[in-house]
Amino acid sequence: MAVTTLTGAPVAAPRRARRGAAVPYLLLVPGLLWLVVFFVVPMVSLASQSLQTGDVDNGYTMTWNFATYADALSTYWPQLLRSLIYAGIATLLTLALGYPLAWFIAHRSGRYKNFLLVLVIAPFFTSFLIRTLAWQTILGDSGLLAQIALRTHTDFLLTGFKEGLKAVGLINNDQLLFSPFAVICGLTYNFLPFMVLPLYSNLERLDHRLVEAAGDLYASPVQAFRRVIWPLSLPGVVAGTLLTFIPAAGDYINSVLLGSTRTVMIGQVIDAQFLRVLDYPTAAALSFILMLIIVAFVITYVRRAGTEELV
Amino acid sequence: MAWLRRNLVIIVGILVMIYILLPNLVVIIFSFNKPLGRYNYQWNEFSFDAWTNVCGVPGMCQSVGLSLQIGLIASLTAAVLGTMVAFALGRYRFRGRSGTNLLIFLPMATPEVVMGSSLLTLFIAMGIPTGRTTILIAHIMFCLSFVVVTVKARVASLDPRLEQAAADLYANEFQTFRKVTLPLVLPGIAAGTLLAFSLSFDDYIITNFNASPESVTFPMYVWGAAQRGTPVQINVIGTVMFLGALAVVVIGQVVSSRRNRKVA
Repeated sequence: MAVTTLTGAPVAAPRRARRGAAVPYLLLVPGLLWLVVFFVVPMVSLASQSLQTGDVDNGYTMTWNFATYADALSTYWPQLLRSLIYAGIATLLTLALGYPLAWFIAHRSGRYKNFLLVLVIAPFFTSFLIRTLAWQTILGDSGLLAQIALRTHTDFLLTGFKEGLKAVGLINNDQLLFSPFAVICGLTYNFLPFMVLPLYSNLERLDHRLVEAAGDLYASPVQAFRRVIWPLSLPGVVAGTLLTFIPAAGDYINSVLLGSTRTVMIGQVIDAQFLRVLDYPTAAALSFILMLIIVAFVITYVRRAGTEELV
Repeated sequence: MAWLRRNLVIIVGILVMIYILLPNLVVIIFSFNKPLGRYNYQWNEFSFDAWTNVCGVPGMCQSVGLSLQIGLIASLTAAVLGTMVAFALGRYRFRGRSGTNLLIFLPMATPEVVMGSSLLTLFIAMGIPTGRTTILIAHIMFCLSFVVVTVKARVASLDPRLEQAAADLYANEFQTFRKVTLPLVLPGIAAGTLLAFSLSFDDYIITNFNASPESVTFPMYVWGAAQRGTPVQINVIGTVMFLGALAVVVIGQVVSSRRNRKVA
Protein backbone atom coordinates (compact mmCIF):
# COMPACT_ATOMS: atom_id res chain seq x y z
CA MET A 1 0.00 0.00 0.00
CA ALA A 2 1.76 3.11 -1.20
CA VAL A 3 0.40 5.86 0.99
CA THR A 4 1.27 9.38 0.01
CA THR A 5 0.02 12.66 1.36
CA LEU A 6 -1.70 15.24 -0.79
CA THR A 7 1.57 17.02 -1.41
CA GLY A 8 3.11 13.80 -2.61
CA ALA A 9 5.44 13.38 0.32
CA PRO A 10 5.71 9.67 1.07
CA VAL A 11 4.60 8.57 4.52
CA ALA A 12 7.59 7.49 6.55
CA ALA A 13 6.48 3.91 6.86
CA PRO A 14 9.77 2.01 7.05
CA ARG A 15 11.09 4.43 9.68
CA ARG A 16 12.63 2.83 12.77
CA ALA A 17 12.55 -0.35 10.81
CA ARG A 18 15.80 -1.81 12.07
CA ARG A 19 15.86 -0.82 15.70
CA GLY A 20 12.16 -1.38 16.40
CA ALA A 21 11.43 -4.43 14.28
CA ALA A 22 9.41 -5.86 17.16
CA VAL A 23 7.31 -2.71 17.69
CA PRO A 24 4.53 -3.43 15.16
CA TYR A 25 4.15 -6.95 16.48
CA LEU A 26 3.92 -5.71 20.07
CA LEU A 27 1.23 -3.27 19.00
CA LEU A 28 -0.67 -5.97 17.14
CA VAL A 29 -0.55 -8.78 19.68
CA PRO A 30 -3.37 -7.83 22.10
CA GLY A 31 -5.88 -6.86 19.39
CA LEU A 32 -5.14 -9.72 17.04
CA LEU A 33 -5.06 -12.22 19.89
CA TRP A 34 -8.55 -11.08 20.83
CA LEU A 35 -9.77 -11.56 17.25
CA VAL A 36 -8.10 -14.97 16.92
CA VAL A 37 -9.45 -16.30 20.23
CA PHE A 38 -12.95 -14.83 19.94
CA PHE A 39 -13.52 -14.77 16.17
CA VAL A 40 -11.34 -17.37 14.41
CA VAL A 41 -11.42 -20.06 17.11
CA PRO A 42 -15.24 -19.80 17.43
CA MET A 43 -15.52 -20.34 13.66
CA VAL A 44 -13.50 -23.56 14.03
CA SER A 45 -15.63 -24.46 17.02
CA LEU A 46 -18.76 -23.81 14.92
CA ALA A 47 -17.51 -26.06 12.12
CA SER A 48 -16.59 -28.76 14.61
CA GLN A 49 -19.95 -28.52 16.40
CA SER A 50 -21.78 -28.96 13.11
CA LEU A 51 -20.09 -32.34 12.55
CA GLN A 52 -20.71 -33.74 16.03
CA THR A 53 -23.55 -35.95 17.20
CA GLY A 54 -25.11 -36.15 20.61
CA ASP A 55 -27.46 -34.08 22.69
CA VAL A 56 -27.35 -31.36 25.29
CA ASP A 57 -27.74 -33.69 28.28
CA ASN A 58 -25.23 -36.38 27.31
CA GLY A 59 -22.68 -34.20 25.53
CA TYR A 60 -21.37 -34.34 21.99
CA THR A 61 -18.79 -36.49 20.24
CA MET A 62 -17.06 -35.78 16.95
CA THR A 63 -18.38 -38.20 14.34
CA TRP A 64 -17.74 -36.24 11.11
CA ASN A 65 -21.45 -36.42 10.56
CA PHE A 66 -21.86 -34.56 7.27
CA ALA A 67 -25.45 -35.80 7.10
CA THR A 68 -26.38 -32.88 9.36
CA TYR A 69 -25.64 -30.54 6.46
CA ALA A 70 -27.82 -32.51 4.04
CA ASP A 71 -30.63 -32.69 6.58
CA ALA A 72 -30.37 -29.01 7.47
CA LEU A 73 -30.38 -27.96 3.81
CA SER A 74 -33.28 -30.20 2.81
CA THR A 75 -35.36 -28.97 5.75
CA TYR A 76 -34.47 -25.29 5.75
CA TRP A 77 -33.69 -24.42 2.12
CA PRO A 78 -36.87 -22.33 1.79
CA GLN A 79 -35.83 -20.08 4.67
CA LEU A 80 -32.29 -19.87 3.32
CA LEU A 81 -33.46 -19.00 -0.17
CA ARG A 82 -35.97 -16.52 1.20
CA SER A 83 -33.23 -14.75 3.19
CA LEU A 84 -31.08 -14.38 0.08
CA ILE A 85 -34.04 -13.14 -2.00
CA TYR A 86 -35.23 -10.64 0.61
CA ALA A 87 -31.68 -9.40 1.18
CA GLY A 88 -31.16 -9.17 -2.59
CA ILE A 89 -34.34 -7.15 -3.17
CA ALA A 90 -33.54 -4.90 -0.20
CA THR A 91 -30.02 -4.33 -1.56
CA LEU A 92 -31.34 -3.36 -5.01
CA LEU A 93 -33.87 -1.02 -3.40
CA THR A 94 -31.23 0.64 -1.20
CA LEU A 95 -29.15 1.16 -4.34
CA ALA A 96 -32.08 2.64 -6.26
CA LEU A 97 -33.00 4.95 -3.37
CA GLY A 98 -29.51 5.60 -2.05
CA TYR A 99 -27.92 6.62 -5.35
CA PRO A 100 -30.09 9.71 -5.96
CA LEU A 101 -29.77 10.69 -2.30
CA ALA A 102 -25.97 10.31 -2.35
CA TRP A 103 -25.81 12.35 -5.56
CA PHE A 104 -28.09 15.00 -4.10
CA ILE A 105 -25.94 15.32 -0.95
CA ALA A 106 -22.66 15.25 -2.86
CA HIS A 107 -23.49 17.70 -5.64
CA ARG A 108 -26.73 19.58 -5.08
CA SER A 109 -27.00 20.29 -1.37
CA GLY A 110 -24.69 23.33 -1.17
CA ARG A 111 -24.07 24.49 2.36
CA TYR A 112 -26.48 21.93 3.83
CA LYS A 113 -24.10 19.07 2.99
CA ASN A 114 -22.83 18.38 6.52
CA PHE A 115 -26.29 18.79 7.98
CA LEU A 116 -27.74 16.24 5.56
CA LEU A 117 -24.91 13.79 6.27
CA VAL A 118 -25.68 14.01 9.99
CA LEU A 119 -29.35 13.34 9.19
CA VAL A 120 -28.40 10.23 7.20
CA ILE A 121 -26.56 8.72 10.18
CA ALA A 122 -29.04 10.16 12.70
CA PRO A 123 -31.24 7.03 12.69
CA PHE A 124 -28.31 5.07 14.17
CA PHE A 125 -28.64 7.19 17.28
CA THR A 126 -31.88 5.46 18.18
CA SER A 127 -31.95 1.75 18.84
CA PHE A 128 -32.35 -0.49 15.77
CA LEU A 129 -35.16 -2.38 17.52
CA ILE A 130 -37.10 0.74 18.50
CA ARG A 131 -36.91 2.09 14.95
CA THR A 132 -38.03 -1.23 13.50
CA LEU A 133 -40.94 -1.28 15.93
CA ALA A 134 -41.87 2.20 14.68
CA TRP A 135 -42.65 0.60 11.31
CA GLN A 136 -45.42 -1.34 13.07
CA THR A 137 -46.91 2.03 13.98
CA ILE A 138 -46.50 3.31 10.43
CA LEU A 139 -47.72 0.28 8.47
CA GLY A 140 -50.39 -1.02 10.86
CA ASP A 141 -54.01 -1.40 9.73
CA SER A 142 -55.03 1.86 11.38
CA GLY A 143 -51.44 3.09 11.48
CA LEU A 144 -49.88 6.34 10.37
CA LEU A 145 -49.99 5.59 6.63
CA ALA A 146 -53.65 4.56 6.73
CA GLN A 147 -54.53 7.60 8.86
CA ILE A 148 -52.77 10.00 6.51
CA ALA A 149 -54.46 8.42 3.49
CA LEU A 150 -57.83 8.69 5.20
CA ARG A 151 -57.41 12.32 6.33
CA THR A 152 -56.13 13.51 2.94
CA HIS A 153 -58.75 11.53 0.99
CA THR A 154 -56.05 9.66 -0.86
CA ASP A 155 -57.00 6.19 0.37
CA PHE A 156 -57.60 5.24 -3.26
CA LEU A 157 -53.82 5.59 -3.74
CA LEU A 158 -53.14 3.31 -0.79
CA THR A 159 -55.67 0.78 -2.04
CA GLY A 160 -54.07 0.84 -5.48
CA PHE A 161 -50.65 0.39 -3.90
CA LYS A 162 -51.92 -2.60 -1.94
CA GLU A 163 -53.48 -4.12 -5.07
CA GLY A 164 -50.12 -3.79 -6.81
CA LEU A 165 -48.30 -5.45 -3.92
CA LYS A 166 -50.88 -8.22 -3.87
CA ALA A 167 -50.41 -8.77 -7.59
CA VAL A 168 -46.67 -9.40 -7.14
CA GLY A 169 -47.24 -11.50 -4.03
CA LEU A 170 -45.62 -9.16 -1.52
CA ILE A 171 -48.75 -9.04 0.63
CA ASN A 172 -51.26 -11.83 1.09
CA ASN A 173 -54.38 -10.01 2.22
CA ASP A 174 -55.20 -6.34 2.75
CA GLN A 175 -52.65 -6.03 5.53
CA LEU A 176 -49.42 -4.15 4.87
CA LEU A 177 -47.87 -5.23 8.17
CA PHE A 178 -46.71 -8.82 8.86
CA SER A 179 -46.02 -9.46 5.17
CA PRO A 180 -42.99 -9.91 2.89
CA PHE A 181 -43.49 -6.27 1.89
CA ALA A 182 -43.12 -5.08 5.49
CA VAL A 183 -39.99 -7.19 6.03
CA ILE A 184 -38.33 -5.91 2.84
CA CYS A 185 -39.40 -2.35 3.66
CA GLY A 186 -37.79 -2.71 7.09
CA LEU A 187 -34.58 -4.25 5.73
CA THR A 188 -34.29 -1.53 3.08
CA TYR A 189 -34.86 1.17 5.67
CA ASN A 190 -32.43 -0.27 8.21
CA PHE A 191 -29.51 -0.72 5.82
CA LEU A 192 -30.03 2.33 3.59
CA PRO A 193 -27.38 4.46 5.38
CA PHE A 194 -24.81 1.68 4.76
CA MET A 195 -25.44 2.20 1.03
CA VAL A 196 -25.63 5.99 1.07
CA LEU A 197 -22.37 6.65 2.94
CA PRO A 198 -19.91 4.74 0.67
CA LEU A 199 -21.79 6.00 -2.41
CA TYR A 200 -21.55 9.55 -1.12
CA SER A 201 -17.83 9.38 -0.40
CA ASN A 202 -17.32 8.01 -3.92
CA LEU A 203 -19.59 10.43 -5.79
CA GLU A 204 -18.20 13.39 -3.89
CA ARG A 205 -14.80 12.81 -5.49
CA LEU A 206 -16.27 12.66 -9.01
CA ASP A 207 -14.76 15.31 -11.26
CA HIS A 208 -17.66 17.33 -12.65
CA ARG A 209 -15.67 18.26 -15.74
CA LEU A 210 -15.96 14.63 -16.91
CA VAL A 211 -19.74 14.94 -16.95
CA GLU A 212 -19.46 18.28 -18.77
CA ALA A 213 -17.09 16.73 -21.28
CA ALA A 214 -19.61 13.97 -21.94
CA GLY A 215 -22.25 16.66 -22.57
CA ASP A 216 -19.92 18.53 -24.90
CA LEU A 217 -19.52 15.32 -26.86
CA TYR A 218 -23.30 15.20 -27.36
CA ALA A 219 -24.02 12.56 -24.74
CA SER A 220 -27.55 12.75 -23.38
CA PRO A 221 -27.85 12.86 -19.57
CA VAL A 222 -28.77 9.15 -19.64
CA GLN A 223 -25.72 8.30 -21.74
CA ALA A 224 -23.48 10.43 -19.54
CA PHE A 225 -24.74 8.50 -16.53
CA ARG A 226 -24.35 5.10 -18.12
CA ARG A 227 -20.96 5.68 -19.73
CA VAL A 228 -19.24 8.05 -17.30
CA ILE A 229 -20.84 8.42 -13.85
CA TRP A 230 -21.91 4.82 -13.22
CA PRO A 231 -18.58 3.15 -14.14
CA LEU A 232 -16.66 5.64 -12.01
CA SER A 233 -18.95 5.06 -9.04
CA LEU A 234 -18.60 1.24 -9.12
CA PRO A 235 -16.24 1.02 -6.11
CA GLY A 236 -18.86 2.86 -4.04
CA VAL A 237 -21.62 0.62 -5.40
CA VAL A 238 -19.63 -2.53 -4.55
CA ALA A 239 -18.84 -1.35 -1.01
CA GLY A 240 -22.46 -0.28 -0.47
CA THR A 241 -24.00 -3.52 -1.75
CA LEU A 242 -21.67 -5.63 0.41
CA LEU A 243 -22.37 -3.53 3.51
CA THR A 244 -26.12 -3.92 2.84
CA PHE A 245 -26.45 -7.48 1.58
CA ILE A 246 -24.30 -9.23 4.20
CA PRO A 247 -26.06 -7.95 7.34
CA ALA A 248 -29.48 -8.11 5.64
CA ALA A 249 -29.05 -11.81 4.75
CA GLY A 250 -28.37 -12.72 8.38
CA ASP A 251 -30.84 -10.33 9.96
CA TYR A 252 -33.96 -11.65 11.64
CA ILE A 253 -35.06 -8.64 13.65
CA ASN A 254 -37.10 -7.34 10.70
CA SER A 255 -38.63 -10.69 9.83
CA VAL A 256 -39.69 -11.29 13.44
CA LEU A 257 -41.04 -7.82 14.20
CA LEU A 258 -42.56 -7.00 10.79
CA GLY A 259 -43.17 -10.45 9.30
CA SER A 260 -45.24 -13.53 9.92
CA THR A 261 -44.69 -17.29 10.00
CA ARG A 262 -44.56 -17.11 6.19
CA THR A 263 -41.57 -14.74 6.15
CA VAL A 264 -39.20 -16.70 8.39
CA MET A 265 -35.56 -16.00 7.50
CA ILE A 266 -32.51 -18.19 8.15
CA GLY A 267 -31.24 -16.13 11.11
CA GLN A 268 -34.51 -16.83 12.87
CA VAL A 269 -34.06 -20.58 12.33
CA ILE A 270 -30.46 -20.50 13.62
CA ASP A 271 -31.55 -18.53 16.68
CA ALA A 272 -34.42 -20.92 17.43
CA GLN A 273 -32.31 -24.06 16.90
CA PHE A 274 -29.56 -22.75 19.17
CA LEU A 275 -31.54 -21.15 21.96
CA ARG A 276 -34.88 -22.96 22.05
CA VAL A 277 -34.67 -26.32 20.25
CA LEU A 278 -31.10 -26.79 21.52
CA ASP A 279 -30.16 -28.75 18.38
CA TYR A 280 -26.62 -27.40 18.24
CA PRO A 281 -25.29 -29.42 15.28
CA THR A 282 -28.12 -28.33 12.96
CA ALA A 283 -27.86 -24.73 14.13
CA ALA A 284 -24.08 -24.74 13.65
CA ALA A 285 -24.42 -26.31 10.19
CA LEU A 286 -26.94 -23.66 9.09
CA SER A 287 -24.73 -20.90 10.47
CA PHE A 288 -21.73 -22.31 8.65
CA ILE A 289 -23.67 -22.63 5.37
CA LEU A 290 -24.73 -18.99 5.62
CA MET A 291 -21.11 -17.98 6.22
CA LEU A 292 -19.92 -20.01 3.20
CA ILE A 293 -22.56 -18.47 0.94
CA ILE A 294 -21.57 -14.97 2.05
CA VAL A 295 -17.85 -15.62 1.55
CA ALA A 296 -18.48 -17.11 -1.91
CA PHE A 297 -20.66 -14.12 -2.78
CA VAL A 298 -18.08 -11.59 -1.60
CA ILE A 299 -15.21 -13.24 -3.48
CA THR A 300 -16.99 -13.66 -6.83
CA TYR A 301 -18.64 -10.27 -6.60
CA VAL A 302 -15.49 -8.34 -5.76
CA ARG A 303 -13.61 -10.20 -8.49
CA ARG A 304 -16.23 -9.54 -11.16
CA ALA A 305 -16.55 -5.90 -10.22
CA GLY A 306 -12.78 -5.77 -10.48
CA THR A 307 -12.20 -3.61 -7.46
CA GLU A 308 -9.89 -4.18 -4.56
CA GLU A 309 -10.76 -0.96 -2.86
CA LEU A 310 -13.25 -1.68 -0.09
CA VAL A 311 -14.89 1.09 1.93
CA MET B 1 -41.73 19.86 -16.87
CA ALA B 2 -38.21 21.14 -17.47
CA TRP B 3 -38.09 22.31 -13.86
CA LEU B 4 -39.17 18.89 -12.68
CA ARG B 5 -36.49 17.20 -14.75
CA ARG B 6 -33.78 19.52 -13.51
CA ASN B 7 -34.74 19.06 -9.87
CA LEU B 8 -35.79 15.42 -9.99
CA VAL B 9 -32.74 14.26 -8.05
CA ILE B 10 -33.46 16.78 -5.29
CA ILE B 11 -37.11 15.71 -5.02
CA VAL B 12 -36.19 12.01 -4.88
CA GLY B 13 -33.41 12.79 -2.40
CA ILE B 14 -35.80 14.60 -0.08
CA LEU B 15 -38.35 11.75 -0.31
CA VAL B 16 -35.65 9.22 0.60
CA MET B 17 -34.60 11.47 3.49
CA ILE B 18 -38.20 11.34 4.76
CA TYR B 19 -38.14 7.53 4.50
CA ILE B 20 -34.91 7.48 6.55
CA LEU B 21 -36.16 9.86 9.25
CA LEU B 22 -39.86 8.96 9.54
CA PRO B 23 -39.37 6.17 12.15
CA ASN B 24 -37.30 8.50 14.37
CA LEU B 25 -40.07 11.08 14.17
CA VAL B 26 -42.66 8.44 15.08
CA VAL B 27 -40.55 7.35 18.07
CA ILE B 28 -40.37 10.93 19.35
CA ILE B 29 -44.06 11.70 18.81
CA PHE B 30 -45.24 8.46 20.39
CA SER B 31 -43.16 9.10 23.51
CA PHE B 32 -45.88 11.64 24.35
CA ASN B 33 -48.70 9.19 23.79
CA LYS B 34 -51.03 7.76 26.39
CA PRO B 35 -52.00 4.47 24.77
CA LEU B 36 -55.32 2.77 25.43
CA GLY B 37 -54.03 -0.79 25.73
CA ARG B 38 -50.65 -2.39 26.25
CA TYR B 39 -49.46 -1.64 22.73
CA ASN B 40 -48.22 1.84 21.92
CA TYR B 41 -49.13 1.69 18.23
CA GLN B 42 -52.09 4.01 17.97
CA TRP B 43 -52.24 7.66 18.87
CA ASN B 44 -54.64 8.24 21.72
CA GLU B 45 -53.89 11.24 23.90
CA PHE B 46 -51.05 13.67 24.54
CA SER B 47 -49.36 13.21 27.88
CA PHE B 48 -46.07 13.62 29.74
CA ASP B 49 -46.70 10.48 31.81
CA ALA B 50 -43.87 8.42 30.36
CA TRP B 51 -41.42 11.32 30.57
CA THR B 52 -42.12 12.03 34.25
CA ASN B 53 -42.03 8.33 35.16
CA VAL B 54 -39.23 6.90 33.00
CA CYS B 55 -38.21 4.10 35.37
CA GLY B 56 -41.82 3.23 36.14
CA VAL B 57 -41.71 -0.01 34.15
CA PRO B 58 -39.95 -2.85 35.96
CA GLY B 59 -36.53 -3.84 34.65
CA MET B 60 -36.13 -1.23 31.95
CA CYS B 61 -33.81 1.21 33.69
CA GLN B 62 -31.63 -1.65 34.96
CA SER B 63 -31.30 -2.86 31.38
CA VAL B 64 -30.32 0.64 30.21
CA GLY B 65 -27.76 0.75 33.01
CA LEU B 66 -26.28 -2.58 31.98
CA SER B 67 -26.12 -1.51 28.33
CA LEU B 68 -24.37 1.74 29.28
CA GLN B 69 -21.89 -0.16 31.44
CA ILE B 70 -21.14 -2.77 28.77
CA GLY B 71 -20.99 -0.11 26.05
CA LEU B 72 -18.53 1.99 28.03
CA ILE B 73 -16.15 -0.87 28.94
CA ALA B 74 -16.38 -2.50 25.49
CA SER B 75 -15.82 0.72 23.53
CA LEU B 76 -12.89 1.86 25.69
CA THR B 77 -11.19 -1.54 25.54
CA ALA B 78 -11.77 -1.78 21.80
CA ALA B 79 -10.44 1.77 21.43
CA VAL B 80 -7.14 0.92 23.16
CA LEU B 81 -6.61 -2.39 21.36
CA GLY B 82 -7.85 -1.01 18.02
CA THR B 83 -5.69 2.12 18.14
CA MET B 84 -2.60 0.00 18.73
CA VAL B 85 -3.43 -2.18 15.73
CA ALA B 86 -4.20 0.91 13.63
CA PHE B 87 -0.79 2.41 14.42
CA ALA B 88 0.95 -0.84 13.55
CA LEU B 89 -0.91 -1.01 10.22
CA GLY B 90 -0.62 2.68 9.41
CA ARG B 91 3.02 3.12 10.38
CA TYR B 92 4.95 -0.07 9.80
CA ARG B 93 5.77 -2.51 7.07
CA PHE B 94 5.94 -5.99 8.47
CA ARG B 95 5.41 -9.59 7.53
CA GLY B 96 1.80 -10.69 7.78
CA ARG B 97 0.40 -7.27 7.02
CA SER B 98 -2.16 -8.39 4.47
CA GLY B 99 -3.14 -11.27 6.74
CA THR B 100 -3.75 -8.75 9.51
CA ASN B 101 -5.86 -6.61 7.18
CA LEU B 102 -7.94 -9.66 6.28
CA LEU B 103 -8.44 -10.57 9.94
CA ILE B 104 -9.64 -7.02 10.63
CA PHE B 105 -11.98 -7.04 7.62
CA LEU B 106 -13.58 -10.45 8.24
CA PRO B 107 -15.65 -9.62 11.35
CA MET B 108 -17.19 -6.69 9.47
CA ALA B 109 -18.14 -9.01 6.61
CA THR B 110 -19.66 -11.72 8.79
CA PRO B 111 -23.39 -11.76 9.53
CA GLU B 112 -24.08 -11.10 13.20
CA VAL B 113 -25.99 -14.34 13.60
CA VAL B 114 -22.89 -16.30 12.53
CA MET B 115 -20.59 -14.43 14.93
CA GLY B 116 -23.04 -14.74 17.81
CA SER B 117 -23.71 -18.42 17.29
CA SER B 118 -20.05 -19.35 16.74
CA LEU B 119 -19.03 -17.63 19.99
CA LEU B 120 -21.81 -19.49 21.76
CA THR B 121 -20.48 -22.85 20.49
CA LEU B 122 -17.06 -21.89 21.87
CA PHE B 123 -18.50 -20.98 25.26
CA ILE B 124 -20.53 -24.19 25.31
CA ALA B 125 -17.51 -26.31 24.34
CA MET B 126 -15.38 -24.65 27.03
CA GLY B 127 -18.14 -24.87 29.61
CA ILE B 128 -18.15 -21.11 30.18
CA PRO B 129 -21.51 -19.86 31.48
CA THR B 130 -22.95 -16.98 29.44
CA GLY B 131 -23.63 -13.63 31.07
CA ARG B 132 -22.21 -10.16 31.44
CA THR B 133 -18.58 -11.25 30.82
CA THR B 134 -19.37 -13.20 27.65
CA ILE B 135 -21.40 -10.24 26.32
CA LEU B 136 -18.40 -7.99 26.96
CA ILE B 137 -16.02 -10.39 25.19
CA ALA B 138 -18.33 -10.49 22.16
CA HIS B 139 -18.80 -6.71 22.04
CA ILE B 140 -15.08 -5.95 22.25
CA MET B 141 -14.56 -8.46 19.41
CA PHE B 142 -17.00 -6.89 16.95
CA CYS B 143 -16.17 -3.28 17.91
CA LEU B 144 -12.43 -3.77 17.41
CA SER B 145 -12.47 -3.80 13.59
CA PHE B 146 -14.53 -0.63 13.37
CA VAL B 147 -12.10 1.23 15.64
CA VAL B 148 -9.12 -0.01 13.61
CA VAL B 149 -10.63 1.14 10.31
CA THR B 150 -11.59 4.58 11.68
CA VAL B 151 -8.25 5.27 13.39
CA LYS B 152 -6.16 3.83 10.55
CA ALA B 153 -7.66 6.33 8.11
CA ARG B 154 -6.61 9.16 10.43
CA VAL B 155 -3.09 7.76 10.96
CA ALA B 156 -2.61 7.33 7.21
CA SER B 157 -3.62 10.95 6.53
CA LEU B 158 -1.07 12.37 8.98
CA ASP B 159 1.60 14.58 7.45
CA PRO B 160 4.91 12.90 8.42
CA ARG B 161 6.71 16.24 8.17
CA LEU B 162 5.02 17.37 11.39
CA GLU B 163 6.72 14.56 13.28
CA GLN B 164 10.00 15.20 11.50
CA ALA B 165 9.72 18.85 12.54
CA ALA B 166 9.23 17.78 16.16
CA ALA B 167 12.30 15.57 15.93
CA ASP B 168 14.27 18.46 14.42
CA LEU B 169 13.27 20.51 17.44
CA TYR B 170 14.93 17.93 19.72
CA ALA B 171 11.77 16.15 20.84
CA ASN B 172 12.44 12.53 21.65
CA GLU B 173 10.17 9.80 20.28
CA PHE B 174 7.93 9.74 23.32
CA GLN B 175 7.55 13.53 23.37
CA THR B 176 6.80 13.56 19.66
CA PHE B 177 4.13 10.96 20.13
CA ARG B 178 2.52 12.70 23.11
CA LYS B 179 2.69 16.29 21.83
CA VAL B 180 2.29 15.86 18.09
CA THR B 181 1.04 12.47 16.94
CA LEU B 182 -1.54 11.70 19.60
CA PRO B 183 -3.34 15.09 19.46
CA LEU B 184 -3.56 14.79 15.67
CA VAL B 185 -4.95 11.24 15.78
CA LEU B 186 -7.27 11.92 18.73
CA PRO B 187 -10.33 12.94 16.65
CA GLY B 188 -10.09 9.58 14.84
CA ILE B 189 -9.84 7.70 18.14
CA ALA B 190 -12.81 9.66 19.50
CA ALA B 191 -14.89 8.89 16.41
CA GLY B 192 -13.95 5.20 16.57
CA THR B 193 -14.82 4.99 20.27
CA LEU B 194 -18.20 6.67 19.75
CA LEU B 195 -18.95 4.32 16.85
CA ALA B 196 -17.96 1.33 19.01
CA PHE B 197 -20.15 2.57 21.86
CA SER B 198 -23.19 2.98 19.65
CA LEU B 199 -22.65 -0.45 18.04
CA SER B 200 -22.34 -2.06 21.46
CA PHE B 201 -25.28 -0.22 22.99
CA ASP B 202 -27.49 -1.14 20.04
CA ASP B 203 -26.55 -4.76 19.47
CA TYR B 204 -29.25 -7.37 19.85
CA ILE B 205 -28.39 -10.46 17.79
CA ILE B 206 -24.85 -11.21 19.03
CA THR B 207 -25.79 -10.22 22.57
CA ASN B 208 -28.81 -12.48 22.65
CA PHE B 209 -26.67 -15.52 21.85
CA ASN B 210 -24.21 -14.79 24.64
CA ALA B 211 -26.46 -13.48 27.40
CA SER B 212 -28.24 -15.09 30.32
CA PRO B 213 -31.65 -14.29 31.82
CA GLU B 214 -29.78 -12.34 34.52
CA SER B 215 -27.96 -10.10 32.04
CA VAL B 216 -30.70 -8.33 30.07
CA THR B 217 -29.40 -5.44 27.98
CA PHE B 218 -31.65 -2.65 26.74
CA PRO B 219 -32.11 -4.12 23.22
CA MET B 220 -32.96 -7.47 24.83
CA TYR B 221 -35.49 -5.70 27.04
CA VAL B 222 -37.08 -4.03 24.00
CA TRP B 223 -37.22 -7.37 22.20
CA GLY B 224 -38.97 -8.99 25.13
CA ALA B 225 -41.34 -6.06 25.48
CA ALA B 226 -42.21 -6.22 21.77
CA GLN B 227 -43.76 -9.65 22.35
CA ARG B 228 -45.99 -8.61 25.26
CA GLY B 229 -46.70 -4.90 24.68
CA THR B 230 -44.25 -2.03 24.49
CA PRO B 231 -44.29 0.55 27.29
CA VAL B 232 -44.15 4.20 26.19
CA GLN B 233 -40.99 4.61 28.28
CA ILE B 234 -39.06 2.75 25.56
CA ASN B 235 -39.83 5.66 23.24
CA VAL B 236 -38.59 8.10 25.88
CA ILE B 237 -35.23 6.28 26.06
CA GLY B 238 -35.12 6.22 22.24
CA THR B 239 -35.80 9.97 22.07
CA VAL B 240 -33.22 10.80 24.75
CA MET B 241 -30.60 8.67 22.94
CA PHE B 242 -31.40 10.37 19.65
CA LEU B 243 -31.20 13.92 21.02
CA GLY B 244 -28.12 13.13 23.12
CA ALA B 245 -26.19 11.69 20.18
CA LEU B 246 -27.29 14.56 17.96
CA ALA B 247 -25.97 17.02 20.56
CA VAL B 248 -22.62 15.18 20.68
CA VAL B 249 -22.31 15.37 16.90
CA VAL B 250 -23.26 19.06 16.72
CA ILE B 251 -20.83 19.96 19.53
CA GLY B 252 -18.11 17.92 17.81
CA GLN B 253 -18.72 19.78 14.53
CA VAL B 254 -18.61 23.19 16.24
CA VAL B 255 -15.43 22.33 18.16
CA SER B 256 -13.62 21.02 15.09
CA SER B 257 -14.64 23.98 12.91
CA ARG B 258 -13.45 26.38 15.67
CA ARG B 259 -10.17 24.50 15.85
CA ASN B 260 -9.75 24.66 12.09
CA ARG B 261 -10.44 28.39 12.08
CA LYS B 262 -7.84 28.92 14.81
CA VAL B 263 -5.24 26.98 12.84
CA ALA B 264 -6.06 28.88 9.67
